[in-house]
Amino acid sequence: MAGTMIVDGRRIEFENEKHLLEVIRKAGIELPTFCYHSELSVYGACRMCIVEDKWGNIMASCSEIPKDGMEIFTNTPKIQKHRKMILELLLSNHDRDCTTCEKNGKCKLQELAYKFGIRGYRFKEFNGKQEIDNSSKSIVRNPNKCIACGDCVRVCEEVQGVGVLGFAYRGSKLTVTPAFNKKLAEVDCVNCGQCTRVCPTGAMIIKDETHKVWKVLYDKKKRVVAQIAPAVRVAIGEEFGLEAGELSIGKIAAALKRLGFDQVYDTALAADLTVMEESKEFFSRIEANTNLPIFTSCCPAWVRYAELKHPELINNISSCKSPQQMFGTVIKEFFKKSDAAEEKETVVISIMPCTAKKFEASRPESETDGIYDVDTVITTQELAAMIREAGIVFNELDPESLDMPLGLSSGAGVMFGVTGGVTEAVIRRGLMEKTSESLREISFKGVRGMTGIKEASFEIDGRTYNFAMIHGLGNVDKIIEMVNSGEKSYDFIEVMACQGGCIGGAGQPIPKDYRISKKRAKGIYNADSISQIKRSEENPMVIALYNGLLKGKHHLLHLNKEKV
Amino acid sequence: MPDKIKDIIDRRDGKKSSLIMVLQDIQKEYRYLSEESLMLVAKRMKITPSKVFSVATFYENFSLEPKGKYVIKICDGTACHVKKSIPILNALRTELDLSEEKKTTDDLLFTVETVSCLGACGLAPVITINDKVYPKVTPEHVLELLDGIRKEEEK
Repeated sequence: MAGTMIVDGRRIEFENEKHLLEVIRKAGIELPTFCYHSELSVYGACRMCIVEDKWGNIMASCSEIPKDGMEIFTNTPKIQKHRKMILELLLSNHDRDCTTCEKNGKCKLQELAYKFGIRGYRFKEFNGKQEIDNSSKSIVRNPNKCIACGDCVRVCEEVQGVGVLGFAYRGSKLTVTPAFNKKLAEVDCVNCGQCTRVCPTGAMIIKDETHKVWKVLYDKKKRVVAQIAPAVRVAIGEEFGLEAGELSIGKIAAALKRLGFDQVYDTALAADLTVMEESKEFFSRIEANTNLPIFTSCCPAWVRYAELKHPELINNISSCKSPQQMFGTVIKEFFKKSDAAEEKETVVISIMPCTAKKFEASRPESETDGIYDVDTVITTQELAAMIREAGIVFNELDPESLDMPLGLSSGAGVMFGVTGGVTEAVIRRGLMEKTSESLREISFKGVRGMTGIKEASFEIDGRTYNFAMIHGLGNVDKIIEMVNSGEKSYDFIEVMACQGGCIGGAGQPIPKDYRISKKRAKGIYNADSISQIKRSEENPMVIALYNGLLKGKHHLLHLNKEKV
Repeated sequence: MPDKIKDIIDRRDGKKSSLIMVLQDIQKEYRYLSEESLMLVAKRMKITPSKVFSVATFYENFSLEPKGKYVIKICDGTACHVKKSIPILNALRTELDLSEEKKTTDDLLFTVETVSCLGACGLAPVITINDKVYPKVTPEHVLELLDGIRKEEEK
């Protein structure tokens, strides 16, 4: 419905905005919200976005449909009073340890309390303290900081299709919890961490492991090697006020060197190895006509989801380790001899956009003889925190190069950071004609873009292959149903748990608006554009590894399924 | 047990919107909602366990703890309260070694709880034992009722 309305005395045209809130924001007025996220259903719980109409009625603008001729006010004495009161009540039931809180400085409650002039506690502190859930490898849940906005509940169910969180009890006893008050590690949580991305306070946070990294950095007996995932380079700058999508791999390398890392490498090299192994596996499955469609194995949240909800698909998932785990293995193998000679121990720290990678690195199959492929995983946010702690001024860093030899990667490898990227890289590998025009052609055939489910067909060597790309775990079941019912037939299905792929991972800086995904994706494609090496098999380091370290040892790149 | 719960769900066509009715039926059968039965409901009705738990804990009428064979409800509405319902409650709690937190006896024979109003104010103070109404109760009377039930159970 289109029409005009009057907001604070000014005429505003609206077209197909679903809620008053959108119209008001379009008018340049920033209404406060806790529970409103454009990708989630409207919930109307926090009541921060209240407005007043000309008759003095108060309504939540997020759940009000715009009507022609409406006249509303966003900042009247009545609204100011109500908003303040709501905030004061929320604070009465909230931990008061802002200075030591993980979310300090990034907390929406803190921000709004400041913005609306709350300068004291009117109500006595609520003293019913609940236990903090530290059981998960990726997420810490602190119910004492929960404001019951329901964002985590909805993202878990609506976007990810997992639904391990729910509201329980009622009234003043209401709490957000997994079923039967279980701990996160005891329920079907896939560790994607999207709850931490949407949580406005410190109730859901990423498990901080920076202390482990500091410890090894100061240990002279350790060789500390970093691997940086593709998606980190287009997002970390946001933490320091740079534009989303700006490539900062050079600055990251410089920062890591200053922090004391001995070697800084690129996970995109392992992505190149994944392309080699996964393509080989794919075409051999096609030849044998078994375990098709093949599902990608790079995303640990997806793998966990499949194990829990679709155990029948386990054999369809590629046997390749994820790039993170592959690289951990390769790095440790690479330094084996020098470690022995120098009496050092190599420690692999990965810097990931992802919380599930923490879980993946700790899985039993990630370990051989007591040695884990990857020792510690920190997220983009945690690295930014370390950089700040060390007093490094990120924006003023002169870019440095990654270290040789394991710092060399192709554009295809970097594309693993965005939805459709793995597919595009595999198609580049499979395609017979390797001219730059034909590579560019791939990008126009449906592999790029932010649609939840994408499809593409390619002819390789006389046969047509059907590819599907999914991001947002909630879309997985739709595809599986269509495949099972015979409505669709695919040969290759790429799944990334988070919206936009790894660029939208929960470990990334918390996005300020919804346009950020697109900017980050553009950054990834720019990295590919400026890369001289476009295809994984052309990466000289890939060739060198296959002729050297990996000769006769391809099994290092695959999962030992017996341990799973 | 699983078969019985399956029957209960199927009787309601397994529709998601029937969740509350299914839970009521299960509670009628087992006197409470066990974790096991709620998990079965979640699986069979394709609702997440967290959502089933959410519904089961929202309504006061659902109990996630086993209840006694005899559920005694003491009305503590305004009329019953002024007509001295609390002494009845205290007499029962002392006799059965129960409290605000511990509502059911260890032998699972009795559960003692309060309700806000039974809607029979003219008969105050009122209690119900397994939905049978007892009017104008006194602490002495209620202990006699207990003895009667105990004797019945010993037979």
